[in-house]
Amino acid sequence: MLTPRDAQDLAQIIIEAGANGTKLELRGGGTKADFGAPREAEVVSLAALSGVVDYDPAELVLTVRPATPLADVQALVAAQGQMLAFEPYGAPGATVGGTIAAAVAGSRRVTAGSARDHLLGFTAISGRGTSFVAGAKVVKNVTGYDLPKLMAGSWGRLGAMTELTLKVLPAPRCTVTLMAEGLTPAAAHAMMAAALGSNADVSAAAHLARGITLLRVAGFAPSVEYRCAALPRLLAAHGSLRRLDDAEAASLWHEAMTGSALEGAVRWRVHLPARRAPELVAKFAAQWAMDWGGAQVWIASDDTGTAIREAAAALGGEAVLMQATSEMRARVPALHPRAPGVMALESRVRRAFDPLSVFATTRFRATTRFREDADADQLPA
Amino acid sequence: MPVPDAATLAKRERIIAAMRAIVPGEGVIVEAAALRPWESDALTAYRQPPMLVVLPETTAQVSAILTWCHAENVKVVPRGSGTSLSGGALPLADAVLLGLGKFKRILDVDYDDRVAVVQPGVTNLAITQAVEGRGFYYAPDPSSQIACSIGGNVAENSGGVHCLKYGLTTNNVLGVELVLMDGEIVRLGGRHLDSCGLDLLGVIVGSEGLLGVVTEVTVRILPKPETARAVLVGFPDAEQAGACVAQVIAEGIIPAGMEMMDRPAIHAAEAFVQVGYPLDVGALLIVEVDGPAAECDHLIAEIARIANENGAVTSRVSTDEAERMAFWAGRKAAFPAVGRISPDYLCMDGTIPRRRLPEVLRRMEELSAHHGLGVANVFHAGDGNLHPLILYDANIPGQLDAAEAFGSDILRLCVEVGGVLTGEHGVGIEKRDLMPVMFTESDLQQQQRVKCAFDPELLLNPGKVFPTLHRCAELGRMHVHHGALPFPDLPRF
Repeated sequence: MLTPRDAQDLAQIIIEAGANGTKLELRGGGTKADFGAPREAEVVSLAALSGVVDYDPAELVLTVRPATPLADVQALVAAQGQMLAFEPYGAPGATVGGTIAAAVAGSRRVTAGSARDHLLGFTAISGRGTSFVAGAKVVKNVTGYDLPKLMAGSWGRLGAMTELTLKVLPAPRCTVTLMAEGLTPAAAHAMMAAALGSNADVSAAAHLARGITLLRVAGFAPSVEYRCAALPRLLAAHGSLRRLDDAEAASLWHEAMTGSALEGAVRWRVHLPARRAPELVAKFAAQWAMDWGGAQVWIASDDTGTAIREAAAALGGEAVLMQATSEMRARVPALHPRAPGVMALESRVRRAFDPLSVFATTRFRATTRFREDADADQLPA
Repeated sequence: MPVPDAATLAKRERIIAAMRAIVPGEGVIVEAAALRPWESDALTAYRQPPMLVVLPETTAQVSAILTWCHAENVKVVPRGSGTSLSGGALPLADAVLLGLGKFKRILDVDYDDRVAVVQPGVTNLAITQAVEGRGFYYAPDPSSQIACSIGGNVAENSGGVHCLKYGLTTNNVLGVELVLMDGEIVRLGGRHLDSCGLDLLGVIVGSEGLLGVVTEVTVRILPKPETARAVLVGFPDAEQAGACVAQVIAEGIIPAGMEMMDRPAIHAAEAFVQVGYPLDVGALLIVEVDGPAAECDHLIAEIARIANENGAVTSRVSTDEAERMAFWAGRKAAFPAVGRISPDYLCMDGTIPRRRLPEVLRRMEELSAHHGLGVANVFHAGDGNLHPLILYDANIPGQLDAAEAFGSDILRLCVEVGGVLTGEHGVGIEKRDLMPVMFTESDLQQQQRVKCAFDPELLLNPGKVFPTLHRCAELGRMHVHHGALPFPDLPRF
C-alpha cells in the first residue's frame, strides 16, 4: 500500500503510476473495499489527507480533507446544530471522501438530495498528476462546468480528491417518526406517496417487508406537533399511524436505509420509479426493504444470477450489486448496464480526467450488457 | 467572438437547403429582416444576427440537424427562450441558431412519484401552472419564469429567490434526453433517483449549451406549502442586516426566501411601485417563510426577535396574501425600477461568503466613485448571491465601457473575498474573459477536456464560457516541460 504524506506526494505517485502503467485504487477508510470485482491494483491510502480545513456554520459551508472520518464530521456539525442533509452513513472508519465518491445517501435523500447535491467544490489530482479545482466554497455558484456532480459517485475513477467543500444545513430541532403496520407493499407505496405529496412536509418515508411503514416529520417543535396531528387524518384512508419512540425509530430507519438486517449472502440495491417498487418486491420473497418512498429497494437473495437486475430494468430502474461473494463479484458487474452510447460517453469523460487509465482498475467491468466480461475500464486505444 | 469562418459563410445556401430538407415549412428562417429578432438574448449589449435560424419540432429533427452540421463542420448555437443574462444564446454570424421554442408539450405528470416530463421549450412557469391544480409546483423560480424555458434553465442551472431552501435547477432535475453534436441521442437519469455510473446529467445541467442539446427534461415537482408569510425589516445599515441574516441561519432557520436591498435600490423600487418601503433605512430585508401556518407563525416571531436583536428600526409582518405580495412587488420590480432612474444598467451576479458583505459593499462604493457610475444592490442574502445594478447611459460615449470595467472590478472583488463570478446567470460571453480570475489554466483545461469528451470539434456554442479555445488534440497532449514530454518511452493513445 502506498501512503502519500500530502497532496504533492500523491501527485508524484499518480505521475509515476502513469509512467509505469500501474493501476491505482484510491482508499479512504477501506470500508467499501469489497464493492465491485476483485482486482489487483496498487492501493493508495489517503489516510494522511485528513482534517477539517474550514468550517463556518453561518455560511453553511464545510471544507475537509478526504480521509476525515465521516463520524467526526457528523459530530462536528452536530455540535453546531447542523447536519449533512443527505444523511450519509458508513461502517466505522468510513471517510468523507469515500462517502462522497460512493454517493452514499440515507433516508432523507428523497427530499433533501444526495451526495451530489451537497458537494459544492473540490480540489483533486487528475490521472495526469495535475491538481485542479472545480466548484467553489460558497453555496450558490454556476461558474464553469459542475464537475463536483461528476466527482460524487465516481468511485475514485476521475481523480484523487485532496479537499472537499460540502454544503451543511441546520439539523431539525425536533424529529418524530410515525408508523403504520400491516400494509401491503402497494398500500404502503400509496401511503408514502400521499404523505410525500402532501404539504405536511414529510422528510422521509420507508417500508419494511414485515409490514412496517415509517414516515418522518422533522422541524421546529410547533410545526412538527401540528403536522403529526394532521397526518393521521390526512392519511386515514391508507391506514392508521402511531408515534414511535426515538430509539425504536432509529433502528427501523437504519434497517430501511442500509438494508443491513436482511438475510442472504447477496445484496442488491435497486433505484427505480417508486410506483414500481411493489411490483419489484412481489418477485422476491420477504428479504427486502424500501426507502425513499419506494424509490430505493434493498433486496437480499441467495440467487447468484441476475434476475433482480433484469426485473429492475423491466420496471425502469437499475440494480447495483452491493454485496456478494468474490466469485460472484468477479462474474457480475457491480454497476447496472447503461446504454452503449452512455457507456461510450462515460468512457470519453473518464479519459478526459485520466488519459493513461491510472484509476481504471478492474473493479468496474463493462456493463453494456448484464453478463459482460470484457473490461470497459481499459479505455480504447 | 471567433472570426466568422469564410468557408461556412460561402456555403450558406447549401446549409439552408439542408435545413429545409430536415425541417419543412416555416421552421427555417433566413431573411435578414426576420433574423433581427434573434440577434441577442437578454444581454442586449451584445448583438449579432445568426446565419440562419432553424426551429425543429422533434428530437429526430434535432438529431438530423446536428448530424448534418457535424458532418459539414458547421457551428450550432442552441437557444431556448432567449432570456439569458450572460449572452449564453448570443448567435454567431457563421452558426446555425437552433431554437427549441416549438418543443412546447408537457408529456407526462406523475403525481404519486412527483415528477413531470416536459419538452425543453415549456416555460418554467407553465410547469407550475400545469400541476398547481393538484397542489404541486416546480420550485426553481428565476425572475424571468414567465418567459424562460426549462431547457434554458437546464443549460444555465437557473436559480431564483427560493433556491436556498429548494435548490437550483440541478437539484430539481432527474433526467434529460440529450442530442450530442454528432447527432447521437442519449438519455441520462430518468424517473428514478441516483443513476449509477458517472453523473453525466449533473455536468449537463449548467453546461451553457456547450455539451449537447436537451430535447426532454424530467423534473421533480413539490407539494405547494400550505401557506407563506413574509416580514419586511429595515436596518440602519447593511452590516446589521447581514448580521441578522447570519443569526437567522445560525438559529437553524432556512427561510424560503431572504432578500436584501440597499438604499438606492429601496428608493428606486418604492418610487416605481409605492408599496410602503421605509425610505429612511440603509438596508431592507424581506424574509419569507413557508409551510404549515403553525410553522410560519412560529418562525415569523423568531425572525422578528432576531431582527430586533440586530438593531432593526422598522418591521412589518404580512397579515394577508395581498400584503405579502406587496412586499415582494418592490423587490421583483427592482430591475425595471432601476431602469426608470437610469437609461441603462448592467446586472452583475457574483456570490460572496456572506460574512464579507459589509466589506464588499464598502469597496463597491469606492469603485462606484472611481468609475463615476452609480450602483444599486439587490442581494439574495441567504446564499450570498449579489446583484449589483450598475447605472449608466449607453448614449454617453465611454459609459458602457466604464460600466463593464466597473462590473469586472466587482466580480474580481467577489473572487478575492472567496466568492465566485456567477451565482445563477452563467458565464456566457459576459464573464468569459474573467474566468482566469477564478480558475487557473489547469482548472480551465480540465473543464475544456470535458467539453472535448462531448464535442471534440468544438462546434456547439463556441465562444462561450472559455476565454481561450484550445483545440482538443492540443489538450489531449501531456504537459511539456522544457520541450520534452515526461516519460518519453510511454505509449500514448
